[in-house]
Amino acid sequence: MSRTDDNVCGFTYHMTTPRDLEAAIQFDHASFRLNGRALVQDLVLPVKQGEMLVLLGRSGSGKTTTLKLINRLLLPTSGNVRVNGRQTSEWDPIQLRRSIGYVIQDGGLFPHFTVERNIALVPRIENWPRARIETRVRELLSKVGLSEDLLSRYPNQLSGGQRQRVGVARALAADPPILILDEAFGALDPITRSEMQKEFRELQQRMQKAVVFVTHDLREALLLADRVALMEEGRLIVDLPVAEFSRSENALVRAYMEAFSGLPDSGHSVRSSA
Amino acid sequence: MNFLHFMIANRQQVLDLTLEHITLAGVATVLAAVVGIPLGILITRIPQLSKPVLGSVNIIQTIPSLALFGFLLPAPWIGERAGRLAILALALYGLLPLVRNTYAGIQGVDPAVVEAARAMGLTDRQLLFQVELPLASGVIVAGVRIATVTSIGVATIAAAIGAGGLGEFIFRGLAMVNNDVILAGAVPAALLALVADFALGRLEQRLGTLRLKS
Repeated sequence: MSRTDDNVCGFTYHMTTPRDLEAAIQFDHASFRLNGRALVQDLVLPVKQGEMLVLLGRSGSGKTTTLKLINRLLLPTSGNVRVNGRQTSEWDPIQLRRSIGYVIQDGGLFPHFTVERNIALVPRIENWPRARIETRVRELLSKVGLSEDLLSRYPNQLSGGQRQRVGVARALAADPPILILDEAFGALDPITRSEMQKEFRELQQRMQKAVVFVTHDLREALLLADRVALMEEGRLIVDLPVAEFSRSENALVRAYMEAFSGLPDSGHSVRSSA
Repeated sequence: MNFLHFMIANRQQVLDLTLEHITLAGVATVLAAVVGIPLGILITRIPQLSKPVLGSVNIIQTIPSLALFGFLLPAPWIGERAGRLAILALALYGLLPLVRNTYAGIQGVDPAVVEAARAMGLTDRQLLFQVELPLASGVIVAGVRIATVTSIGVATIAAAIGAGGLGEFIFRGLAMVNNDVILAGAVPAALLALVADFALGRLEQRLGTLRLKS
């Protein structure tokens, strides 16, 4: 499969289905059970191209399992998950994963690869020509706000914020139409974290990818999301546009809002302009 | 230091036996690595096999070396030449550190890194060769180091079945009740082990710092 910088084959193919009919990611009564316990239960959730969905919930609520259902690290035990109109079970898992950028806490970088090789990972295994990889890596570095001096460094020679930026650059390398992030900024200090959130929001406004962002931080959710999906014990509690979310009368939403209020600058006002 | 005089007087034989010793231990270790490392990888892929395989190589290790030589004696082709027999026995001893360290090295790779690799769309083969083996290489080389040093030590006993090596001097010296002859075998064997240990230790350290770049 050949790819151009701004287009991924497979994705262009599925562009023939109208966007409003088929979301980039569609959970269709998807459940995942392990040893008789439902980690995700009867999930119905669409994510449209260009939309940033934040999956909010406490630890063990099924957020990460939900993410893994998207890139087929797990297959639903009932129902199905469709990516670009095709069930994940029908995708070649390798092709599927290469068309989905994945960012985890602290970057999940390969400790034995330099920054350059880390970012170039997917283009390399996709056999891009060397010159194109080099151009792409430099382009990505500037996109995530890193200097080219870092290219030959190893992950342990970077700050936490730098590692996280490299992690984002690596996920974007082959320009996947879908991006999934698992507590991506969770290991950062508050100032770096807030910087990264703002930059990521701006980046997404330019990229218009389908993004699923997992977090347990309400403020982060309200800052980043177009839509917030709140999960609890494997179930979807509410799924609302961000402006409506903070006004919701749902008891769990209220509990969240209260848990985060009382702080000097609570999440309420963060996105009030939106 | 009479054994030095003995060694100088018999330098040609010392050299021959040393080379023979290196060949025995070297071929055995390579053989152990060729079997042991893939076996170690295999049991990370098929976890049900890990207990029986690790158990078996463990049991081999507990067999006294002379007895092991004896057990292998009736084996066809192997038993025909003392050299073959000695190499096989030494290789069997080398299996445990190689299988165990390969297994432990791969299991010890940060699960977050492995999961990230899978999620980025690496194939099983790419995951193994680009991520797991490089990150486990320090631990695997530590296994090679233990296998090599053990092999050099146990190879001295191979002389008991006529496989040659520096053990010849040791057994001859024992029979003659002559310490100088014993030392002419024991000292070079010990030096060989130390040199191998040092060299592989350096390599392990270099790979170890690579691994620590996390």
